[in-house]
Amino acid sequence: MDYETLFVIVRLIWLAGAALFVLGLMRMNSPATARNGNIQSAIGMAVAVGATAVLLLARPTGSEGFNAVGWLLIVIGIAIGGGLGLYTARTVKMTAMPQLVSLFNAVGGGAAALIAIDDYLKLAAAPSPQVNVATVLDIVIGSITFTGSLIASGKLMGRIPGKPILIPGGRIVTAGLAAIVAIGAIYLWAGNLSVPVVGVILIAALVFGVTMTLPIGGADMPVVISLLNSFTGTAVAMAGFVLNNVVLIIAGALVGASGAILTKLMADAMNRSVVNIMIGGFGGGDSVAGAVGAEGASVRELGIDDAAIQLAYAQHVIVVPGYGLAVAQAQHAVRELADLLEARGVDVKYAIHPVAGRMPGHMNVLLAEANVPYPQLKEMDDINPEFERADVALVIGANDVTNPAARRAGTPVSGMPILDVDHAKSIIVMKRSMGKGYAGIDNELYTNAKTGMLFADAKDGLAALTAAVKAL
Amino acid sequence: MSDTEALLAAITVFVLAILVGFAVISKVPATLHTPLMSGANSIHGIVLVGAMFIAVEATTPISQLLSLVAVAFATMNVVGGYVVTDRMLQMFRKKPAAPAPKADGGEG
Repeated sequence: MDYETLFVIVRLIWLAGAALFVLGLMRMNSPATARNGNIQSAIGMAVAVGATAVLLLARPTGSEGFNAVGWLLIVIGIAIGGGLGLYTARTVKMTAMPQLVSLFNAVGGGAAALIAIDDYLKLAAAPSPQVNVATVLDIVIGSITFTGSLIASGKLMGRIPGKPILIPGGRIVTAGLAAIVAIGAIYLWAGNLSVPVVGVILIAALVFGVTMTLPIGGADMPVVISLLNSFTGTAVAMAGFVLNNVVLIIAGALVGASGAILTKLMADAMNRSVVNIMIGGFGGGDSVAGAVGAEGASVRELGIDDAAIQLAYAQHVIVVPGYGLAVAQAQHAVRELADLLEARGVDVKYAIHPVAGRMPGHMNVLLAEANVPYPQLKEMDDINPEFERADVALVIGANDVTNPAARRAGTPVSGMPILDVDHAKSIIVMKRSMGKGYAGIDNELYTNAKTGMLFADAKDGLAALTAAVKAL
Repeated sequence: MSDTEALLAAITVFVLAILVGFAVISKVPATLHTPLMSGANSIHGIVLVGAMFIAVEATTPISQLLSLVAVAFATMNVVGGYVVTDRMLQMFRKKPAAPAPKADGGEG
């Protein structure tokens, strides 16, 4: 078979790979087929990469002959990258998974930027306008993603403080960097070939990724990671334009679009706009308006034994897990308590707010890891009507998503969809302190007459509750 | 002429792929958003194909270094991404058939 024919076949295989990506994503619609869909997508990837290897091996070599060093680099690179990826992915704790996804996103964006840099260094003259535009965009977006995702990952790991880091004049620096990138890009797009200018753009974009992400609080990181995931997709699509490779364009655009949708869904669920999050801070002055409501009202503190009795003699219990449960890694502890209650004939369900945990859907993953049966996990719209029938709602480390103030106008959480926990017959809130949630306002649920506060770390508190129920 | 044709074809593919992405993703329930983000994250590891293209053409030391790092980064994205997504999705299962005949009803 001659090379031309092979190239046609390989391009058809790439198309098949891209189709498998789309079909795989479609199968991720339902928990029943999702795992299958991911495997389908992985097969698409293996086929596309395998076909590329065959194509490159069969390619007629130029004057330099077979590039043995190049192939050695591929083999070494795949061994190192594959080994690291496999090891980290298999050993990561499920609670630490968001930061690992962010790390994988960082290296993906980095790879896309490196391709464009390498391509640019080989140029002898200014490239055609479309290649020029794609190259610069690839370098800029890929670099921002690389450092931005690393910072996001560091924040979630706790290596970098999670709270917003505000450098004096930081916004001006960020804006200045953006201006440098823009001016450099326009200079290059005007048809100039300049490696130093590309170097300046590269450094400015790398620093921009850092200064953009540092001022954003840890609780907003999921939205940022999702946005950066979308960026990487776009950078990969740009790399496709640089290399004139359709499979990169399709896969990159697919991820760019999916990341954008996900980002918007996540931001919507927190009642925030993406722009607000990226600019940083929770609205500053606005939160003063939130100080309405039951200021100074008293809370009722509940002992472990009282709480255990309430739970053990209830018929319907709804567990509302939140960020605090994820941070304390208490997913196994909550399941133990639920199993014990079920053994006593109590009906237990879990109310999952769309943004519970550290990422949308993260709470489902954590509870699934602890072997909580999938049918017990209820999404917000399904569970909200059931709170009225619930004897006890057990809120563990969730705050803003349960605040009835969201139903009123004029508070920072106004309009945010919440779980109707206050409709339950009685409420137990397990929480480390009266500390405020992310929105920085008091939760009116805590001063509700039906609410008993159980001050404890989620893991320790649940263990104590389980022991107390056993002793009954 | 053929350059313009090729560019137009590429842009067409780009735009249609974006629309497919919107259509496919908007149907996914919130429950699966984290696995989905991770799954989409692995798909952009396709950049490995591009990294292989530059590696086989790398002759200067700088180009060889860039290719090596690009291949390693991209492979880490692909392998790690799919494996961690699979680990997440593996957990979405019903209760092991033995102990729970009750909670497993056909709740729609």
